[in-house]
Amino acid sequence: MAHQRLGRIGLAATATALAIVAASVGGVLAQDKVSLNMISMAQAGMTPDEMNAVISEFVELNPGVEIVPEYVAYDALHDKIATGMASGQSPFDIMLVDDIWFPEFAEAGWLTDISADVPADMLADSSQAAWDIVSYDGKQYGLPWLLDQLYFFYNEDMLTQAGFDAPPTTWEEMTDMAQAMKDQGIVDNPIVLPLGQIEAAITQFVAFLYGNGGEFFDEAGNPVFNSPEAVGAVQWLADGIASGLINPASTTYGEEDARNAISAGKAAFTVNWTYMYDLANNPDESAVPGQIKMAMMPAFAKGVEAGIPSATNNGSMGFAVSSGSANPDAAMAFIEYLTSKDVQKRYSAHVTPLWTSLASDPELLAAQPVLLAMFAEQWPFAHVRPKVPYYLEMSQTLQVALQEALVGSKSAQDALDGAVAVAVDLAGE
Amino acid sequence: MHPSRLERFLALLVTVFILLVIFLPVAWMVISSVSPREELLATPPHWIPERLDLSNYTDILAPSAESSNMATTFRAALINSIQVASAVTAIGLLLSIPAAYALARIPMRGGRTTMTAILATRMLPAISTVIPLYLVASSLGLMDTKAVLVVLYLSFVLPFNVWILSGFFGTIPREIEEAAHIDGAGRLRILVSVVLPLARPGIAATAIYSFLLAWDEFFFPLIFTSTRDAKMVPVAISEFTGRHAVDFGAMATGGVLAAVPVIIVVLVFNKLIVTGLTAGAVKE
Amino acid sequence: MTHAGTTTKPTPPPKPTRSRPRLALPDSLAGWLLVAPTVLFLAAVFAYPVVSTALTSLQDAKLTKPGEATFVGLENYTDLASSDAFWQAIWRTVYFTVVSVGLELILGIAIAAFISRRFAGWRFLRLAIFVPWAVPTIAAATMFRWIYNADYGALNGLLFQLGAIDQYVPWLADPFAAMNFVIVTDIWKSTPFVVLIVLAAVAGIPGELYEAARIDGASRWQSFWRVTLPMLKGGILLVLVVRTVEAFRVFDIIYILTGGGPANGTLVISYVAYQETFRFFNLGRGAALSFIISLFVLMAALLYLRLLSTRQGETR
Repeated sequence: MAHQRLGRIGLAATATALAIVAASVGGVLAQDKVSLNMISMAQAGMTPDEMNAVISEFVELNPGVEIVPEYVAYDALHDKIATGMASGQSPFDIMLVDDIWFPEFAEAGWLTDISADVPADMLADSSQAAWDIVSYDGKQYGLPWLLDQLYFFYNEDMLTQAGFDAPPTTWEEMTDMAQAMKDQGIVDNPIVLPLGQIEAAITQFVAFLYGNGGEFFDEAGNPVFNSPEAVGAVQWLADGIASGLINPASTTYGEEDARNAISAGKAAFTVNWTYMYDLANNPDESAVPGQIKMAMMPAFAKGVEAGIPSATNNGSMGFAVSSGSANPDAAMAFIEYLTSKDVQKRYSAHVTPLWTSLASDPELLAAQPVLLAMFAEQWPFAHVRPKVPYYLEMSQTLQVALQEALVGSKSAQDALDGAVAVAVDLAGE
Repeated sequence: MHPSRLERFLALLVTVFILLVIFLPVAWMVISSVSPREELLATPPHWIPERLDLSNYTDILAPSAESSNMATTFRAALINSIQVASAVTAIGLLLSIPAAYALARIPMRGGRTTMTAILATRMLPAISTVIPLYLVASSLGLMDTKAVLVVLYLSFVLPFNVWILSGFFGTIPREIEEAAHIDGAGRLRILVSVVLPLARPGIAATAIYSFLLAWDEFFFPLIFTSTRDAKMVPVAISEFTGRHAVDFGAMATGGVLAAVPVIIVVLVFNKLIVTGLTAGAVKE
Repeated sequence: MTHAGTTTKPTPPPKPTRSRPRLALPDSLAGWLLVAPTVLFLAAVFAYPVVSTALTSLQDAKLTKPGEATFVGLENYTDLASSDAFWQAIWRTVYFTVVSVGLELILGIAIAAFISRRFAGWRFLRLAIFVPWAVPTIAAATMFRWIYNADYGALNGLLFQLGAIDQYVPWLADPFAAMNFVIVTDIWKSTPFVVLIVLAAVAGIPGELYEAARIDGASRWQSFWRVTLPMLKGGILLVLVVRTVEAFRVFDIIYILTGGGPANGTLVISYVAYQETFRFFNLGRGAALSFIISLFVLMAALLYLRLLSTRQGETR
């Protein structure tokens, strides 16, 4: 009796399992078109709705092609691509790749070398900094997308109130202004920076490092981010935090926290991405709408003397064609369409154009007078983070080193020496 | 027997205190879901928003042509999550009740080792099993399906289900069972008509536990699903985060809406525990 | 209440087959039939991942180079054992686990006991207690990140308005303080589970036991001592094992609240395993870490079983 019932349950379970498997296999076999799977980001750059509109345009022009988009959070993008590609199943044809992932993905053999296929007109009408994003080892592994860099933001009213009529051009000058604001009681912690134990801290470090005349690797490829320039930059940050001129909570902050602090009127200076400009000046989002302005990223006095008036971090992404794609030509055709001058002009609301000539396009300038002008002015001073396949591990080490220096548990020199030692090990592995 | 006036007053204080601890963060979540960001940043905080903004809710709850892609996805995810969590709860109980009963009550060579082995499957961190499981699921063509999530979640809830249930079965006095045995009832019969009713509170607790585990799982659905066909609530909530910007109001709304179905489930299953508690009242 | 038949039958296998010869054979056969579906299901799902992870942990394997893994024996394990960072992460995890599970247990039992006294509002309280659990971790952790914020957080706002602080405090800026705030968040989120199990355990105590105790002439206190407490001990064992397994593998809350910072102050061992596997692509080391985590949890579970089950025997 018991056995019978159990048997029946078992049979039913097996049948159900078979039915499920059959149904999904049926789904796979039902394709007849060229189908491209794309993995992209849910929020940043084009909205999924805009992206879907571009996809429909492309599909209309190419009736034999179907594009299946998947939009995920930025944090999920890396892990999903890695798992999918490592499984050997190559579930994606088109992938949105952050600039810091290109070397490891290229080394892994997951990306198609498209150097020979980059449209000549695109190459001619774009900047080198854009191609830095998608390049590794002298080859191009994708088309640049979502060009972005760190900008300097300041609260104009606070600046005026403190008696200054122009934003600082050096970090030392900013320190003086901050001191004046603090002394006058305008704001307690005038500077806020996203220096939490996350990638944001490295993007900030790049700006301060290069702004002090330093660099990550020397000509011979040896890590040198423990140079006097690097140590000086980190020491300046640590001193700022110790004195309260830099908000002490900065060591726990990401970009959003810094944006919120500025929007709450609790800070006068920050360094952040393009996205902050509109939001910090939007009355629904910010208590200080209309007061937040952008300026060129300052450099340290030492950097200015060495002929470096400004330095920032290039934090862009790129669309790549998966090496496992069964239809690489169709995939390439789509990313070319996506980055084409025509599409970038028509969908310019959330995308900084790759095409240099679009930056001076009167229609686009009329729509985004501040951002586009700022972009063109700042872009020549943008540095990418190191293009090494072990970047994420090195970055993690450096994040912790910066944290140790900033919370004061190690000296800037010791912390950076330690991180450089790890980088040497990683390069040797 | 009746508590004194002082005792009742102190109890009231404790009740209020516990409720405050529970509800203050939740209240902030509700406030966040209906306030413009500008007000959330205010010092001192606007505990009651000056400008009520219900757009997060209308966007998700009232489908229209203008609903954003994110809102539509969230709605689909709510339905998917309810389906998957219910299936996991039901199948999980069906499989684990007999197993837990056997391990708690039937003398079996190696029973204890089996229990430990079952429990040990839950001790391996998900991080290392993701990649091999991904391989299996994708070669079976099961990626991006609710079925694969049900299978995976079952494998997560079963160990604790069996563990918790066998603990509860173990408390049922053996004498009651033996009486039924003498009356000639078989094992299955005893399980169904004697043990199950007595273990009702434990079963209800296990049901709530497994529903919540399936409801809250994040990493596996993140990796194993991609479209609205199988997107789960935690993943949909995570997608309110951009590369830099975080749509905090939408996330708070997601948190509030995601809690509602769970509270309903708890209400239903709690009835069963209450029955136990009420019965227990006679004890004193 | 306790585990695997230890209550009424103090020593379960291997003896029992002889103690009840007439029923033993068909009984144990029926037992295995009842256990089989669960065991087979778990085996089907986990056999491949476990074997594959075990093999990977003995290799120098990169996620990006699946074909090029080389066998290195126990090197991944010995490397970890000799690394200070690893032991620091282990100790942080142990601290997190002991403090959060310990406090959850105490609070959970206290709240459950309080609810079962049935003071005014107990029904509402019994439902309300589940609300923190019902909010998905990802939303709850994001919420707490905002609440703890140094510049606009609600915690600062509230304490400031109450006059408890005279200026806003960066709660998460100190590494050790940050860990404790993570613990507070975990306690808020997970105590309901303890309450659930303890309430169910109390509810599951058959009235007959109290009846019997009363007939024996036991006072209320004695019946609590002889009936309620032993039953609760089993509940505590259940909760301890489940919560320890979960707490030792804590990941989501930390990922959102602190990212392991500041200065690695909240870097727990699961986070290290995640970084090694998915960020640095060191599959071999990630796999070794996973097995070490499992080992720690298993040892804790066996320890609990030993401690709580033996005492159980004495009460009979």
